Amino acid sequence: MQKFYARQGDGSLIKLSESELRHDLEEGTRDAAERGKISPLSEDELLYLFDIHSTPSKFVGVEMGKEVVLTYDAGTLKIRRVGVSTNRIQSLQVYEKLLGADTMELDHVDYSFKPVKPIIGNEQPVLEQALLVTTLPLFYGAMPNLGLYSQPDGPCPNPSELLPMGKISEARASYEEAVGFAVKDMVQVASAMYESGADGINFDTTGAAGDPDFLATLQAVEILRKKYPRMCIEVGMAGEFILGMHAELSYNGVRLAGLYPHKQVELAEKAGVTIFGPAINTSTDRSCPWNLARAVTFAKACVESSNIPIHVNMGMGVGAVPVVDHPPVDAVSRASRAMVEITRLDGL
Amino acid sequence: MGDPPGMAIAHSTASGMGGMRTAGDLVARMQMSRGMRIKEAKEYVANKLGVSLLDLSDPVIMSEVREDLNIGTVTPLPGRAKGIEAKFRIAELLGIEINCVNRFRERVGGKF
Repeated sequence: MQKFYARQGDGSLIKLSESELRHDLEEGTRDAAERGKISPLSEDELLYLFDIHSTPSKFVGVEMGKEVVLTYDAGTLKIRRVGVSTNRIQSLQVYEKLLGADTMELDHVDYSFKPVKPIIGNEQPVLEQALLVTTLPLFYGAMPNLGLYSQPDGPCPNPSELLPMGKISEARASYEEAVGFAVKDMVQVASAMYESGADGINFDTTGAAGDPDFLATLQAVEILRKKYPRMCIEVGMAGEFILGMHAELSYNGVRLAGLYPHKQVELAEKAGVTIFGPAINTSTDRSCPWNLARAVTFAKACVESSNIPIHVNMGMGVGAVPVVDHPPVDAVSRASRAMVEITRLDGL
Repeated sequence: MGDPPGMAIAHSTASGMGGMRTAGDLVARMQMSRGMRIKEAKEYVANKLGVSLLDLSDPVIMSEVREDLNIGTVTPLPGRAKGIEAKFRIAELLGIEINCVNRFRERVGGKF
């Protein structure tokens, strides 16, 4: 019986029979459809995914003419992270001139809005100099990271300590207080970087601390949109599902806890987001074909319900990209191609 | 997360437009400045450049187009626009506002 090479969600190489491959694809889309209450992929789309996975090629790509725009999170960190000694402006130039990047993002190594605030005066000149020597559009990016506002890192009582003591209302009050602080910091940092000339601001890994994290970001976006009508605002998510850490927070009358990407984007649009980046988690104990069918199902629903450009997160650990520091290009290229060609999205 | 060969290079090669090698930065600017979806953004840029949609991702054609229009090329050419200079020309070509171009103009006293 013929077997096809594939990857497990942790990146390890596996072999799947034809029936196993078909089964994983069907189960992946079924899982997404059930969780998100959305349509599963059609027979033709599953067949397309089967064809992508059954080709023995190491690398696959989209059809000529179907290419999309790429935006990046933690842009300038990725060169330093692998130990290459470049400064951040050089890193931007590496992406622009050597890696074929359509856009790039400047960021600080402590990649959150809160720690950037006290050093914003040092960040602005770096961006201003970078803008003189680069041509591609430049974002400034950071994470909302609401976790930094609870003790001992921040001023608010720690909800993770209050909840086990049964102090639910106190924990909720703490989250609400943290939202206020985070909004202020995000607006201050984003405003400063925009006034230094950034083409856009990227709120990356939004929702990592659950519904209060998402709410803070939406409120910050709303303020920024009114303040700077032309600002490009990209919001990239942390995961596929808004965790109900507070569980009673809402935006525009919609409860945030439990929202999947196709509902998240509706609120992002209302807040004034320009580009939305849904994130669909990769499961390490499932195959990449299972993960890809699942991720594409969620992303397709998100693209269909959106009126703004969608750049699906396809970094390590999301979008069916394996959870491993050095993702194998056979898995990444299959995920990249399928995501673009099936969902008709606008970028990655 | 993930290393550049596994992430940035893989995605750029599999499905990216190609940045300054092609018209990737220009199409990105239309998404960012006007909120255009990919189809509309490509059509807008192709129309402004006078090329086909397929040409937008062709590094051979786009290198010539970019050189002719003087809007910045991967390989810098002597005496031609680079960095912020190219962005002045891109803003005019695409009919859009580019934030840093406006700031530059303000900082030098609005002289051009």
